[in-house]
Amino acid sequence: MNRRAFLMRSGIGIVGIGSAPLWLTRAAYCKKGSLRKRKVLISIFQRGGADGLNMVVPFGEKAYYESRPTIAVPPPGSRANSTLDLDGFFGLHPNLGDLKAIFLERRLAIVHAVGSPDRTRSHFDAQDYMESGTPGVKSTADGWLNRALSIDAPSDKSPVRAVSITGPILPRMLSGGNSAIALSGTPNEFRIKEDHLAKVLPDVYLNSADHLLNATATEAIRASRVIQSVLTAPYVPANGAKYPEGRFSESMQQIARLIKSDVGLEVAFTDTGGWDTHIHQIGATVSDGLMARLLIEFAATLAAFDRDMGDLMEDVVLVTMSEFGRTLKENVSRGTDHGHGGVMFVMGGNVRGGKVYGEWPGLAPEQLYGGRDLHVTSDFRDVLFELVVHQLGQAQSSDVFPGFAKSKNLGILI
Amino acid sequence: MRLSPNQRISHALNRLTFGYTPDDLSQVKNAGLEPWIDMQLFPGAVPEAPALTEMLQPLESLRLSTLDIVQRYSTNQLVEEVTRGRQAMPESPVLRAFVTRQQQLSGGTKSEMSMAETPTRMEGTRLLADQLEILRGGLPEERCTLIGSLNEYGQEVAVTELTPSQRTQVFNALPARVRRNILMLNSAQQVVNHDLWEGKVLRAIHGRRQLLEVLVDFWYNHFNVYLDKGADRYLIPSYERDSIRPFVLGNFRTLLGATARSPAMLFYLDNYLSAAPARDVSKRLERSLNENYARELLELHTLGVNGGYTQDDVIEVARCFTGWTIAPLRRGSGFAYNDQVHDQGDKVVLGIKIPGGGGVKEGEAVLDILARHPSTARFISTKLAQRFVAGDPPPALIVRMAKAFQETGGDISATMMSMIRSEEFWAAANYYDKIKTPLELVVSAARATGSTVKNGFALANEIAQLGQPLYRKLEPTGYSNVGSAWLNTSSLFARINFASSLALDKIPGVTIRRELFSTISSGAAALGDSKISARFLREIRTARVAASGLVDESNATPAMIAGLVIGSPEFQRK
Repeated sequence: MNRRAFLMRSGIGIVGIGSAPLWLTRAAYCKKGSLRKRKVLISIFQRGGADGLNMVVPFGEKAYYESRPTIAVPPPGSRANSTLDLDGFFGLHPNLGDLKAIFLERRLAIVHAVGSPDRTRSHFDAQDYMESGTPGVKSTADGWLNRALSIDAPSDKSPVRAVSITGPILPRMLSGGNSAIALSGTPNEFRIKEDHLAKVLPDVYLNSADHLLNATATEAIRASRVIQSVLTAPYVPANGAKYPEGRFSESMQQIARLIKSDVGLEVAFTDTGGWDTHIHQIGATVSDGLMARLLIEFAATLAAFDRDMGDLMEDVVLVTMSEFGRTLKENVSRGTDHGHGGVMFVMGGNVRGGKVYGEWPGLAPEQLYGGRDLHVTSDFRDVLFELVVHQLGQAQSSDVFPGFAKSKNLGILI
Repeated sequence: MRLSPNQRISHALNRLTFGYTPDDLSQVKNAGLEPWIDMQLFPGAVPEAPALTEMLQPLESLRLSTLDIVQRYSTNQLVEEVTRGRQAMPESPVLRAFVTRQQQLSGGTKSEMSMAETPTRMEGTRLLADQLEILRGGLPEERCTLIGSLNEYGQEVAVTELTPSQRTQVFNALPARVRRNILMLNSAQQVVNHDLWEGKVLRAIHGRRQLLEVLVDFWYNHFNVYLDKGADRYLIPSYERDSIRPFVLGNFRTLLGATARSPAMLFYLDNYLSAAPARDVSKRLERSLNENYARELLELHTLGVNGGYTQDDVIEVARCFTGWTIAPLRRGSGFAYNDQVHDQGDKVVLGIKIPGGGGVKEGEAVLDILARHPSTARFISTKLAQRFVAGDPPPALIVRMAKAFQETGGDISATMMSMIRSEEFWAAANYYDKIKTPLELVVSAARATGSTVKNGFALANEIAQLGQPLYRKLEPTGYSNVGSAWLNTSSLFARINFASSLALDKIPGVTIRRELFSTISSGAAALGDSKISARFLREIRTARVAASGLVDESNATPAMIAGLVIGSPEFQRK
């Protein structure tokens, strides 16, 4: 089915082509290829402070093994469940195996020793800062991903240009002046559910003299038609991609569908929880236990998404982040506590992948932050800003990250 | 154009309360608008509704000290106390089952001893075999109906027969006392959260001192603290009760001082950690100046963002507050001052010298300077006017309110009075012009539909679904007072879907007065003003003609009508 037939069949046509906004006209009439390339930035938050040192293992560091006698991931090749070598110094946790191929195909880049310059070890503050994009400043009203959207003329805005799949409340990162949609796992919430009200109230709102409510309803009803048509049918991923079970995986499938249906998505956000591994970070082997299970879903989902998107990955950049890393030393409960520097993954067709970016600060006692944590040598905003410029065409770092003068260009994107 | 006398009453009720009930318009008319406003401004003499007092009774954590909250709402503590014989086996069957299971898990025979003290009450509350069958194998609705037919004690016994997921299904159908006991099985945090949500919604719906409740919400939000930040989950009942509620119509400096010394604020904005930087380099990470409270104190609590201070002022203020911290839990977690970590140097705040060595008085001196600063008078007046008058309030009104604020040394009721007596407050352009926040929408809907509310928690949940989880605004800015900030594509559907849930009695423990919605015209009265309801009726008629099959009024049920009224554009404004 071609795009036009799809859109007409799914009922979007009833908006009326004459009055349709540009994005819809484009989507409905342009053949593939003649469309202006619509680039997408996907932001993924690992909530709880993911242990970057066990995700991307610095197996070349003696101090890593000395500090983690029971929870370190063994060096490559030493035995089962050992580190998957990437470049002779860093390697992936064995449960991230699905990502190694993508790394080798140079579509996945890793940034290590990355994070926020703020020294807080509170989840609440650190997540807040990473979402507002203003470390140390609590009163910032909006989030960086919202500010990263350009302010188009209203007629050019797709009603689904910014989507968060995290439940009914818009997350901090996507809140702000540009309209954005918060979807639950079930898109069925994004409509008027009761029949009688659904028949009468749209008309009431669309004919209302109340300009604000009228305009909001117009936008909402358009967006709802798109969401209902795209997300309610059963989904068959492309290219034989197999998504794992789980909420994170479901969210990524919804994002995949929105991108494929070409309805004007520009940014998407979702998150995955459980990374606060104070106890029993690993089980009998490094491939079992709390964090190990999270890593399997994480890697399998990202790999399935990559396969599912196929050529469309050319237009997509996906980035992962967590509010902080964890302590170098393991604690008495075979876990790790709140630390500082962590890891970010950047995946997409235009990524200069196959490389671990960032200056490595070392793990010897005198090289540690505060004597205990991995230092932050790359500001998370340096990474994000490069992606924002490339995908969304924003030029001023101060617009997206107020008070931040971009300090370096990592050159992650082509 | 001026508001008519009836419109003035609607307007006063819209803006100074959480919304009118079906009887309010006529009651205010009979009492007279002026005396009613005075009564709301000076509510000391207004007795609280006995029904409300009774409904708040089970919400024990709202009355307890922080120490008691931590001790009573820790399930491990309960098991330990019972096991060691320091506390009797609880009477609540839910808690009893919990303690027993925990004891069995830890492998003791203690449970038998404890069970021997079974109160006789429990003997008489055995469930019948067919009741057990329904509980274990019935449909969710059958379970709810059965549980609804039992007394509270029987309900608890029934709950112990359910699996955790079945418990979640029936949770909202249960009375507050049973709900709390179920939550006790999980964590203290949930009980406190439950009590706060339930208490806030019940007070907003049933409170007679409506303006006071609106102002408690306003000032809590002004001095916002986030429930889910660590220890704040235990500190907020005392914060709202002891540091906010007594002062909301009093003196601003007193209120400011109470929040500054509150452990909830000290924890939320990290001042409890703030210390003069240590000379010992190895301790530098542990001991340093934390500017968070100082910054928000200036920007959000007093002067406002353009209030005329610099980053240097932030640092100087932070230095004055070093050592303002929280006492250990065993000493009650109250305010404490630690001179050991106080910065002993001289400071200059907004050009005023504060000599070092002043100890805790330095922070108080800062609060004095800020409370009487003209920027504070303007900023507080602007925020009040945004909440009560308009998102973009007229400058002349702010000047007048700020003058009243300054002349009375920061008297909040005097400032409110100058606002309510202004032309601008009663301007026709403001009439039904403010978009309701989710809290205002849900509470005003419960009030306008004359609903019987047995479960405030379920309504608080609706408020959260609409994007305003109570006590859970993460940023110190608090929730926006500007109504239009609350409208977006997602929230509009959520508002309409809430309207239909309420109208169809789908919100557990909440029942609307159906007879108010027997016809579309009678239902429209819930919109308050006659012109507004006339507009609604016109719009509905047009839309119903367009939607075929709905022209005939006789096929509209009360639930449909209530859904249309609460879901209408008109009801979104106040």
